[in-house]
Amino acid sequence: MNRLTYIGIAIAAVFILTAIFAPFIATHDVAAQDLFLRYASPSAEHFFGTDALGRDIFSRVVYGARISLQVGIIVVTVSAVIGIFIGSIAGFYGGFVDKFLSGYVFNVFLAFPGLLLAIALVAFLGAGLGKLILALCVIGWVGYARVMRGQVLKIREYDFVQAAKALGASNMRQLFTHILPNAIQPLIVQASLGMAGAVLSEASLSFLGLGIPPPAPSWGTMIEEARGIDILYNSPHVLFFPGIAIALTVLSFNFIGDGLREYLDPKQRKR
Amino acid sequence: MKHRVTNFAKQFGLFLLVIWTVVSLVTLLIELVPGDPATAILGEQATPEQVATFNKKHGLDKPAFFFSISGEKGFNWHGADNRYLDYWKGVLTGDLGRSFRTDRPILDMILERYPATIELAVVALLIAVAIAIPLGVLAGTNKNSLIDNFSSFIALLGISLPTFVIGPFLMYVFAVKLGWFSPTGSANPEDVVLPAVTLGAALSAILTRMIRSSVIEELGEDYVRTARAKGLSERKVIYKHVLKNGLIPVVTILGLQLGVLLAGAIITEKIFNWQGLGLLLLDDGIGRRDYRLVQGCVLVISVTYIIANSMTDLVYRWLDPRIRLG
Repeated sequence: MNRLTYIGIAIAAVFILTAIFAPFIATHDVAAQDLFLRYASPSAEHFFGTDALGRDIFSRVVYGARISLQVGIIVVTVSAVIGIFIGSIAGFYGGFVDKFLSGYVFNVFLAFPGLLLAIALVAFLGAGLGKLILALCVIGWVGYARVMRGQVLKIREYDFVQAAKALGASNMRQLFTHILPNAIQPLIVQASLGMAGAVLSEASLSFLGLGIPPPAPSWGTMIEEARGIDILYNSPHVLFFPGIAIALTVLSFNFIGDGLREYLDPKQRKR
Repeated sequence: MKHRVTNFAKQFGLFLLVIWTVVSLVTLLIELVPGDPATAILGEQATPEQVATFNKKHGLDKPAFFFSISGEKGFNWHGADNRYLDYWKGVLTGDLGRSFRTDRPILDMILERYPATIELAVVALLIAVAIAIPLGVLAGTNKNSLIDNFSSFIALLGISLPTFVIGPFLMYVFAVKLGWFSPTGSANPEDVVLPAVTLGAALSAILTRMIRSSVIEELGEDYVRTARAKGLSERKVIYKHVLKNGLIPVVTILGLQLGVLLAGAIITEKIFNWQGLGLLLLDDGIGRRDYRLVQGCVLVISVTYIIANSMTDLVYRWLDPRIRLG
C-alpha cells in the first residue's frame, strides 16, 4: 500500500481513538459556558479557543468525533451489507428478480436522495441520532446495490465464470467464489465515499439545525454557529477547527479507500 | 421494432409505478408527525374549535387512508373519502394543496422558486464536468506523475471539504476581501458563480476520481491495444475509445448526483441566501412547520430525480451496447 494509505489509516486511528477516549482527552466540559471568554483565540488554556458562548472548542471537537464516527461506521456497514446482498441477487439472477429490484425497488429508494429523505424524516418525525442513522441507512444501501448489480451483470458474462458454470459450479459458488471477489473493487471506492458521505450528511443536517440537537457538540452545529461574515473575519478559528476535523476525517477514509483499491486491483497496481 | 415498443412500454409502466410509490410515500409522510399537524402549527394553547376548523379547512378531519387497523377497533374500512385519495386527486389535477401558514397554493410557491434551484444545479453540474473530464483524463493517462498527484489532491480536497466550509471561505475571499461578487442573494446574473462553485466542488472531485479510475482501467483493455496497433493517435485512442467507455460509470454517477445536487442545493442556498426551492423547504416549510409545503417540495424534487434516473438509464444503454439490461 502507498504512503497516503498509511497516513489515512493513521489519521483515522487518531479520530477513532479520540472518539473512544474523548472523556480523557477533553480538557473542559463541552457544555460549560464562560461569557467573559467569548471568541477567545487559541491559547494554552483553550487549545482551539472558545466559541460564542465561551465554550472550549477543543473539547467540543473531541466529543464531535464520537458523533461523526458513530454515524459513519454504522451507516456504511449496514448499507454495504444490505447493498451487496441485494445487488448481487439482482445482477446474478436477472429476469423478473432484477426487474423488480433494480427497476422498481432501487428506483423508489433512489427517488429520495439521502439528504432529502433525512431532511423529510426529521421534518416530520423530529430530530435525533437514531432517526438520522435510520434515514441514512434506509437510503445508503441503494448506491452499493446499484454498483454491485452493474459489476455482477458484467462479470457473470466473463469466460472464467462461464467456464465455472460449464463445469457445474452451483449458483452460490459462481457468485461467491468467482463473481464477488472480482466485483468488489468499485465497492471499496463506494464505501470510502460512503463513509465520507455519512460524516458529511450528519454534519450537514446539524448545520441546517436538523441533526443532533444542541448542546451536543456536532461539528456541523459548530460550523453553523460560526458562519457569519463578521465571525469569519474576526474569529476564523471558530469555523477553522471543526472544518479541519471534518476534512481530515473524510480525507483519511478517502486515502484508505484509494490505497486499498490500488492494492487489491493488480491491474492498477502494476501500471 | 415491436420488441422496442414493448420494451419502452415496460419501462414506462415501471416509471409510472415508481412515481405512484413515491407520491404515496410522500402523501403518507404527514402521518409521521407526532401528535397532529394542527396542534403542531396552532400551538398547545389552540382551542378544540380552532383545531377542528383548521383540520376541516385542510381536509385533515378525514381518515388518512382507505382503512385503518387499531388495537381497539381492529380493521376499519373508511371508503373513498380519505386524505390519501384527496391528495392523489390534487396531484393529478396540478393541485398540491394550500399552505398551512399562508393559504397560498403550494404549486405556485414551488414554481416561483424552482427555476432558481434548477439554474444553480445546472451551472454547478457544468462546472463540475468541465473541471473533471480534463483533470481525470490527465491524471489517468499520467498515473503517479506530478499531474496525477496534484489532481488527486485537488479532488480529495473537493470531496473532503463540505459545502458549508467551502461556501463561507469563498464568500470571505471573493465577496468580502476581493469584492468580485455579492456575498449573498440571487439578484444579479453573476451571483450564481459562488454558489455554483460551492455546490459543484464535491461533484467535480468525485467525477475526477471516477474518470481517472476508469481511464486507468480501460487503458489496460485489449481494444486499446488494438486501436494503438491500428495506428490511431493517442489523442484519438483516449477521447474516442477510452473516454467513451470510461464515461459509463460517470453517467451513472451523474444521474445519482442530480438528486444529491438538488438536495445539496438546500445547504448552498442557505449559505448564500439563494432564493430557491431548498430555502423554501427549509425556511418556510420546515422552519414554520408548514407540512403541506414540505410534502410539495419533497415530491417535486423526487419526481425530478426519477425522471433524471430514467434518462440516465437510456444514456447508459447508448454508451455500452454490451450491457443487457433485461
